[in-house]
Amino acid sequence: MLAIFTQLADWLTYTLMGLSPETKLGTSIHFFIEDTTKILFLLVVMIYVIALMRASLNLDRVRAYIQRKNRTVGYFFGSGFGAITPFCSCSSIPLFLGFTSAGIPLGITMAFLFTSPIINEVAVIMLWSLLGWKFTLAYIVIGMAVGMIGGMILDAIKGERWLKDFAAKAYQKAAEQAHDSPHDVEVPEAPKLTFKDRHNFAKDELKEIVGRIWKWVLIGVGLGAALHGFVPDGWFAENLGSGQWWSVPAAVFAGLPLYSNATGVIPVMESLIVKGLPVGTTLAFCMSTVAASFPEFIMLKQVMTFRLLAIIFAILLANFMVVGWVINAIGPWLFAGS
Amino acid sequence: MKTFEVLGTGCKKCTNTAEKIEKMASELGQDVEVVKITDPAKIMEYQVMSTPAVALDGQVVHSGSIPTSDAIAEWLKG
Repeated sequence: MLAIFTQLADWLTYTLMGLSPETKLGTSIHFFIEDTTKILFLLVVMIYVIALMRASLNLDRVRAYIQRKNRTVGYFFGSGFGAITPFCSCSSIPLFLGFTSAGIPLGITMAFLFTSPIINEVAVIMLWSLLGWKFTLAYIVIGMAVGMIGGMILDAIKGERWLKDFAAKAYQKAAEQAHDSPHDVEVPEAPKLTFKDRHNFAKDELKEIVGRIWKWVLIGVGLGAALHGFVPDGWFAENLGSGQWWSVPAAVFAGLPLYSNATGVIPVMESLIVKGLPVGTTLAFCMSTVAASFPEFIMLKQVMTFRLLAIIFAILLANFMVVGWVINAIGPWLFAGS
Repeated sequence: MKTFEVLGTGCKKCTNTAEKIEKMASELGQDVEVVKITDPAKIMEYQVMSTPAVALDGQVVHSGSIPTSDAIAEWLKG
């Protein structure tokens, strides 16, 4: 079914504009048209459908679910809900405090916040359509692992010591209460929604999300298209091959000052991989761009001391590098034949 | 006089929410006070997790989005 977008791009580029598929400009423009039309179409359809399904999922219910879990599975649920819960980064602080004041351990709350920018429906749709299901699955597993492991380390070193006073007090009070009477949290009932309510919610979500990300899609695909047309095949493999261990930390640091969301980075990833950049290096670059953003960190400063922020930052960077190295090592085996 | 508190850590939607309430109130000729609350500790006290949220005379009446005109009209009327 998606072949129609290739045909559309063929027709627009080669017939209407009269460009040759042999030229750099021709391949770039073809790539741009094919990917933007395909991605925007898929996004509109899928965001609407997914929003219909999750109209009744709100943060109060998510929090109650997580609160009822014990610590071991808590990281998994924190990270999982971080992936599926609709949530805007400007709500990070209230969400953080809402979780903390309910006695949810810092690590589990942070597993939620780490995973949230990495995995969302838009990222998954784009990865699936551009890089296939195997890669998408690997991305989801890795994204959740980064969140869970980051959270576990924070709890292991008792990161809550370095919260700002008011947040630490709220956490302690809730934790003491939970100790007296564990597991009696009730999950609020799902709001009863008619189809019309769901439709209205989905329509608003669609407008909100597409309005926010369409620019990123164009910029991301534009960069991807330029790479696609103008960088020779195999250039990265020759110059930054997986044999060089330092290419992974280099990619992580290169991604740091770039602040983008997943939507903008994924089309670039596609081109990087096609041009021979090792998959692990590419993923490390992508995660560093998406998940370690300075605006986000400046916001968290309101509830955390500088020391805790620095630790979190270091944990994230270390995680990205490990992801890069591990995937580079097992990548040829993992993606053989895809 | 009614007091509206708009809770949020300072994102654009929160500013829009405050402006929308002020505008509608002045159109209806009502005298209201609209205060923006950006202090995280205060927002926590209100137990709000998604912003922008609106509290009317100390009671949270809305959270998670810019409220609709209908909702604001209701608060102004009630």
